[in-house]
Amino acid sequence: MDLEIKERIRGFITSNFLYGQGGTSLDENASLLAAGAIDSTGVLELVTFLESTFNIRVEDADIVPDNLDSVNRIATYVGRKLSVLSKAVVFDAR
Amino acid sequence: MCGIAGFFGCLPQTYPPREIMRRMLAVLSHRGPDGQGLHLDEGGGLGHTRLSIIDLAGGQQPMSNEDDTVWVTFNGEIFNYVELQEDLAKRGHKFRTRSDTEVIVHMYEERGLACVEAFNGDFAFALWDKRKNRLVLARDRMGVRPLYYTHRGALIFASEMKALFQVPGVQPEIDPIALDQCFTFWFPLAPRTPFRDIQELPPGHILIAESGSVSVSSYWELRYPVGSENSDLPAPTEKQMAEELEALLIDATRIRLRADVPVGAYLSGGLDSSVVTALIRLFTASRLKTFSVGFEAEEFDETKYQQEVVEALATDHESITCTHGDIGRIFPEVIWHAERPILRTAPAPLYQLSALVRQNEFKVVLTGEGADEVLAGYDIFKEAKVRRFWARQPRSSWRPLLLRRLYPYLADVQGQPQAYLQAFFGTALDRPADPFFSHLPRWSMTSRIKAFFSQDLRQTIGGYDALEELRQRLPAEYNAWHPLSQAQYLEAAHLLPGYILSSQGDRVSMAHAVEGRFPFLDHRVVEFAARIPPRLKLKGLKEKHILRRSIGRYLPNAIAERPKQPYRAPDSQSFLGPCIPEYVEDLLSKQALLRTGYFEPRSVQKLLDKCRRQGTVGFRDNMAVVGILSVQLLDHLFVRGKEAIAPAPALSTTV
Repeated sequence: MDLEIKERIRGFITSNFLYGQGGTSLDENASLLAAGAIDSTGVLELVTFLESTFNIRVEDADIVPDNLDSVNRIATYVGRKLSVLSKAVVFDAR
Repeated sequence: MCGIAGFFGCLPQTYPPREIMRRMLAVLSHRGPDGQGLHLDEGGGLGHTRLSIIDLAGGQQPMSNEDDTVWVTFNGEIFNYVELQEDLAKRGHKFRTRSDTEVIVHMYEERGLACVEAFNGDFAFALWDKRKNRLVLARDRMGVRPLYYTHRGALIFASEMKALFQVPGVQPEIDPIALDQCFTFWFPLAPRTPFRDIQELPPGHILIAESGSVSVSSYWELRYPVGSENSDLPAPTEKQMAEELEALLIDATRIRLRADVPVGAYLSGGLDSSVVTALIRLFTASRLKTFSVGFEAEEFDETKYQQEVVEALATDHESITCTHGDIGRIFPEVIWHAERPILRTAPAPLYQLSALVRQNEFKVVLTGEGADEVLAGYDIFKEAKVRRFWARQPRSSWRPLLLRRLYPYLADVQGQPQAYLQAFFGTALDRPADPFFSHLPRWSMTSRIKAFFSQDLRQTIGGYDALEELRQRLPAEYNAWHPLSQAQYLEAAHLLPGYILSSQGDRVSMAHAVEGRFPFLDHRVVEFAARIPPRLKLKGLKEKHILRRSIGRYLPNAIAERPKQPYRAPDSQSFLGPCIPEYVEDLLSKQALLRTGYFEPRSVQKLLDKCRRQGTVGFRDNMAVVGILSVQLLDHLFVRGKEAIAPAPALSTTV
């Protein structure tokens, strides 16, 4: 599951922000800001992608580089949101 | 206002010089539809396509002095020609016409090469002194009028590069270093042009060709005071400065109304064009004709503000509405005229606007161009000020929030979480002494587009560093200038001639034989404005403060106090929206990209897919689409499809 999340995120970033430049060699820990991969619209695109792909809600307070500035950070963040969500769903479905 | 072309020395023998000159003038006919003139003699030729504005009957060119030993072909205006002519006549010079052209010839006789210093105007001319067997090329201080040249045995020159390409042996080939510069600064650094071995005479320079040697030198440079704010003399008060600025602007406008044809004005709805319009009304009894462009897309449209000015200043107003479809359709014509890559579509609506002016049978318009450069109106100045303030306390969390106040019209920036706002605008925060501190965010964002360059192009460019080249050329005292002066210099001495006055100015207005005149770029205004203390130009975060204090009283308060709204037009949507022009598909196809070899087809494809999928995209993606398409068009029109460099393409623009 985690691997699949990571791959989808990596795929989105490579295609949408790097336009395939640099191929599959994207370092999972590399800062997207430092690499210039993401601009101001890019943040909004990324959030939209995460919300629609993983069915999560990204809170304003969550939009910080700590959560979103590398493939690994995004994957960790999404994983955390999904686990909270699944608990909530279980709770909801009582 | 006109087109000029010519040569000095021996042309390649393939065709008779007369035929070559005929072809050069034919591609400049849009600049001068009212007539053509040619002067050929042993060792040279001067040609002219005329747009008659001053001395309609007597102003034919090329023109000579009393004994035909000095000849000139001239594009532009010497606005102070009336005063100069009186003075020269007193000194015994005989004038055959009332034209400003003849003043050039006689002033040259009187003062030699220093004649340019006497001229207040927008000019590009070639002067052939047969006694000394020398050719002089000269260009105005701010770079309003264009002049290009190349050496092919002879020195060959013209108002536009397309005329040079008419000479056998002058093959257009795109210069990779120029591409690197365009995708850094938005323009090639003069004298470099987008084409190999073609030079631009830089603004404020003269070229002298004589006895086989050619020298180029500067006669005027934009300079700012060093340590301006702690001089021993009592500093002029704000009120005194405002009054002097007002007097200069009034005179700059007065002499720019000199014409034997009616003069109109552009109205953007903003402060600068409103100021110019208000000043014109001080001198004209009749209703002034004004022109503006509006946009179908609301985010770019300023019609509401334009109407406000029209009502307040009672002008006779004409406007057009620009749609996404219009921009996509006319873009190839715009690139044909601009002759360089562009990164935004903003020149296209101005191309439509000049067509509207022409339809109304006007040849001359005054505009507010230049005010943002000389009086500090652009957002980049405020942005740099905030970043500098923030750099003093980099850990401050509220200082960067001031950035939101800079861009009230950009939803992106408004909605941006603080942490990201800091990341985007934090460029070079640790290097406040960097000479390019103000421009690094813009240039580094633009440079990202180079990621689309093909492997080949990247290899050719190698380790070339555009910023380093510009750094080497900065004036010696640059580092001692106030930071605002440094940023203003980069805008006024580089972006202004390299992009604003060329792609977005002369080339798109002269495409329809319309001459723009710019009171804010009168060199007296420019020199005075450079001496105004920075705190009076950008007061706090209020731009063009001194202008509001000086001329504001001629305007309704709502207009005088309006914050600047940058002029923008729809970018990638113009090409990838619902109706995609056929040439876009053709030129951005994998085959076309492989054939030209500048860009990596796979990456471009991903970019296009994204833009189509998402509709709206950010700055960088927009710039990438427009930049890539314009390079492909440049190649198509000039390099590959040489047949396209024919006399002006059918001007299919409908307004």
